[in-house]
Amino acid sequence: MTPETAPAGTFHEFMERARRTGTLVVQPRMGFGTVERMRAGLVATKNADAATVGTVTLDSYTRVGDFAAAERALRAGDELNGYPIVTLGPQVTRGMLDGVRDGGFPVQVRHGSASPGPIFGALMAAGLDATEGGPISYCLPYSRTPVNRSVHAWREAVRRFAALAETGAVPHLESFGGCMLGQLCPPSLLVAISVLEGMFFAQQGISSISLSYAQQTHPGQDEEAVRALHDIAADLLPSISWHVVIYAYMGRYPATHQGALSLLAAAARLAKRSGAARLIVKTASEASRIPSIADNVTALRVAARAGRAAERDLSPPATTGIEEEARSIIERVLDLHADLGRALTSAFALGYLDVPYCLHPDNAGRTRSYITDDGRLQWAATGALPITSAGGRPKAGGLTSTELLHALSYVRDRYDTGAFAHH
Amino acid sequence: MSPSCITEKRPKPYAVLSSTPSDSHTWNLLYVQLLMEENGWTVTNLGACAPVAMLLDESLRRVPDMIVISTVNGHGAQEARQVIAALRAEPSLSRVPVALGGKLCVSEDREQAVVGELAAAGYDAVLVGDAAVPAFRSLLAEAAGTPGQHARRRA
Repeated sequence: MTPETAPAGTFHEFMERARRTGTLVVQPRMGFGTVERMRAGLVATKNADAATVGTVTLDSYTRVGDFAAAERALRAGDELNGYPIVTLGPQVTRGMLDGVRDGGFPVQVRHGSASPGPIFGALMAAGLDATEGGPISYCLPYSRTPVNRSVHAWREAVRRFAALAETGAVPHLESFGGCMLGQLCPPSLLVAISVLEGMFFAQQGISSISLSYAQQTHPGQDEEAVRALHDIAADLLPSISWHVVIYAYMGRYPATHQGALSLLAAAARLAKRSGAARLIVKTASEASRIPSIADNVTALRVAARAGRAAERDLSPPATTGIEEEARSIIERVLDLHADLGRALTSAFALGYLDVPYCLHPDNAGRTRSYITDDGRLQWAATGALPITSAGGRPKAGGLTSTELLHALSYVRDRYDTGAFAHH
Repeated sequence: MSPSCITEKRPKPYAVLSSTPSDSHTWNLLYVQLLMEENGWTVTNLGACAPVAMLLDESLRRVPDMIVISTVNGHGAQEARQVIAALRAEPSLSRVPVALGGKLCVSEDREQAVVGELAAAGYDAVLVGDAAVPAFRSLLAEAAGTPGQHARRRA
């Protein structure tokens, strides 16, 4: 199945089919600064021994809207940390994708921009139909843009993207809300932000979305969170098409080959057991550099194999209250305003949404988290979050630099020393 | 006047801490801030994606005893040149120690080569790899011994 041109709604249709058949789709986090290397990366992803979708991750100059810097780097031959889609223009990108992207191999653009208008424009002009991010998840951790302005920029961009439906395509948008700084954000808040961003997308007219969750510190806690995400989304997004995407650990990654790949395999098991349809992988070289194409292909193969070896777990999960906390946060935010963009902006101003350790000026900064002795991520301080948390931290006062580094390195150290290798 | 008396009157050394304009990573900034505060420094942490103009404004408002640039997104070697050129062009900042650290290149093998280039461009310290944090601690101890040497507070 390799049609000459990509049919409309490629990403949406491919994922719907995978979701129905219970196939775990694996996807790299891949972006290169040159057309040749980007195309080679996509071809290698397509040919990997796994059910894959392709990724074009953009460079960080493009992410912050500094297109002149991207242009300068291209001219100087400086290596970019991603694909400069705006600077290269739609014809170049169409050519790069020609004969690679098709009905059996959709491609998603990943970026990280709080002001995504030009990026949406460029990817739509290149004929692409899938991207990701969100007004919160690409604002707070990744920029210093005020939340209010990010919401406006995202509202405009998403509405334009939704209008692709008039051409017969089904534009697909993924919330990055399940990541929030990558580590040390307790699961209930990740689930809440992911659902809220999904609802924001739906309110702008998007009919095909994915909700994310990034693997954290404890397999059982993660499974409870992803099952909660499914249950809440089923209630709050009844009339649109959606699936759950898992991100392999987004914090400090194990430095050893063995540790890195066993953490990835654990992410694949989490995805399969909890009913997620897609997994975004990390590679064995994550800790030291931007991964090569070969690193990515290995990761895709390892993840697909681990996913095939696991089964969906349909037994009632042991719960610790993640779903109740997430629902409580979501309901309080929804009550603020019928327009979700305004509700989200006010929620940060009031501290109903407050991400631990986030330095963004609009984040209240009154929440804190810690890792319990059994490896769960727990609230140390809940600020004005509309939850009553059972777990308070015994130790008062702030974290020291050594304690912070220890918490940030918890997963890395456990996997590098083989403490988690028993799975 | 005894030396201890002078020590007591000495203000805490002050630093401005920043990423580069395109770098969104903040865990490194939080860690460096805590490390500096534990070593007796007062820190203004500018957070993710600080534009060069913002770093200049903040450093000119209250001239710091040290400026620290921490970046890990691989564009550091490119952006750090603009940062140091802008800082050194300001007479009041031309002698303030500026330390740069993190992951500076997309690929690790190019990193050692750019360390010398960036030092030549005006950085007082360029810290990469496993030795970066111990070297930074020494630098802090050294600089804290002479606060106010470079800084001139503006009224």
